[in-house]
Amino acid sequence: MNYKRLTILCGHYGSGKTNIAVNMAFDLKNKYEKVSVADLDIVNPYFRTKDSEKDFEERGIKLICSQFASSNVDLPSMPTELYSITDEKDTHFVLDIGGDDRGALALGRLSDMIKSENDYEMLMVINKFRPLTPDADSTIEVMREIECACKIPFTGIINNSNLGEETTAQDVINSFEYAQEVSKKSKLPIVLTTVKHNIYEELIGKAENLLPLHLQSKLV
Amino acid sequence: MSEKVLMKGNEAIAEAAILAGCRHYFGYPITPQTEIAAYMAKKMPKIGGTFLQAESEIAAINMVYGVSSAGKRVMTSSSSPGVSLKGEGLSYLAGSDLPALIVNVQRGGPGLGGIQPSQSDYFQSTRGGGHGDYHMIVLAPSSVQEMAELTVKGFELADTYRMTSMILADGTMGQMMEPVSLDFDIKPQIEKPWATTGTKMEREHNIVNSLSLVPEELEMLNFKRYERYAEIEKNECMYEEYKCDDADIILVAFGIAARVSKNAVDAARAQGIKAGLIRPITLWPFPKAPFEKAVEHAKAFISVELSMGQMIEDVKLASSCKLPVYLCNRVGGMIPDPEMVFAKIKEIANGGAN
Repeated sequence: MNYKRLTILCGHYGSGKTNIAVNMAFDLKNKYEKVSVADLDIVNPYFRTKDSEKDFEERGIKLICSQFASSNVDLPSMPTELYSITDEKDTHFVLDIGGDDRGALALGRLSDMIKSENDYEMLMVINKFRPLTPDADSTIEVMREIECACKIPFTGIINNSNLGEETTAQDVINSFEYAQEVSKKSKLPIVLTTVKHNIYEELIGKAENLLPLHLQSKLV
Repeated sequence: MSEKVLMKGNEAIAEAAILAGCRHYFGYPITPQTEIAAYMAKKMPKIGGTFLQAESEIAAINMVYGVSSAGKRVMTSSSSPGVSLKGEGLSYLAGSDLPALIVNVQRGGPGLGGIQPSQSDYFQSTRGGGHGDYHMIVLAPSSVQEMAELTVKGFELADTYRMTSMILADGTMGQMMEPVSLDFDIKPQIEKPWATTGTKMEREHNIVNSLSLVPEELEMLNFKRYERYAEIEKNECMYEEYKCDDADIILVAFGIAARVSKNAVDAARAQGIKAGLIRPITLWPFPKAPFEKAVEHAKAFISVELSMGQMIEDVKLASSCKLPVYLCNRVGGMIPDPEMVFAKIKEIANGGAN
């Protein structure tokens, strides 16, 4: 995909935003010199971009996140370097926002600056296999709640429909109809279909704008 | 066959509770179980149910008492420090013979502890948790699928025996995501003729109460309750045996520790060490049958726990101390890895342990 300066990832809780943010940052780094990931999750103390800190360091990607992320301190807080997102105009950012409208609230404080610069994609990550977003209507309901909370309208959709480690290519194919319906009803394009790297080859030619994901996982 | 969904353990509990007919949830947020409350907050208003964030855990458990008295399926959930606060209410529920489902997604303790996984509320759960002579049925899931299935089971057992069931999970089980099939059997709810639903002038008043000032009567109530507990011990024990038949060294573990232990058993088997695993699914009643079988051929047990060694006491009791029982543990939010458990197996197989 063609990246704008800011790529903002929002979506339902557990839809896969953080995994996509990490992989997208790697992809961006192949194209641009200065790349940063900004983790604005104020909801979840686990499964943070911080878990990939080493991978970012090795690749020269800067991570901006709360000093309490992935620590035992369960504190909803914003990173101290928050305004570098809107100030450092020579840097491409991936913004990993917390789940649902509650998570998106944190983005609201930057919305005026982001909209006036107007060099962003605001992307909704969707997963048909999550229990509260199994169809287009429930997914769009979450989209509207997020937009209300952060005051930035969506510009596109990422179809990340998956069943975790067990996901097959057929599962992804089975999600196309759902993703297209979300796209039709919301009048937004599907800008990416993200799939686990081991089924990527199988899906080439079957979906446009495929991005393979290497999952970050820290559990047995 | 049915379509699977990708769920967090906490969400699986919430959805399964709704499928089981629970329409009343009272709780207070605490990591790592907050997703249960969040899920209920989203879904209950849409299906005519009640989600209520109470002012405290103590308030929540007393709301549970109220709804249960009225004969409805009801639940609350929390994590270790919050469950301690519920202790008084749990005792009152037991004293009033009221069914309810309590979820404890454990975190490291004691005190406020941390937010990483733990199993150190084993004593608190299996011995009752509050004051007085009583038990709760304690169910220990070790997959997201089981988080869902045991939630349904928990409601059914609670209603059948008029007592509280507890899902004893840990932070890992609550947070991990796995595909789940929600297409399981749910029995119709049983009648509750004791519930305070209004006499309609057709029957005597039902009274739900834990106060009993006549010692002879209170003694009888305790005796009766323990007769019921004996029934449960006889009929409701659940466990899984993994490669136990010819095993010399048998690991005992539940929840996340059982997943780790399974890997360690396979690693040991690959090197020719005959290892096996007993995974209690009910922690109360603690399953004795697999231990009575195991002591006939095994040489040692290893209790693998995320605590300083709590279940190990039940392992010793269930095996009548006929074999040595060793402990392999991490605490404070740390999880033993398969390599550590395998190393313990090797050490004991080589006769090096004391």
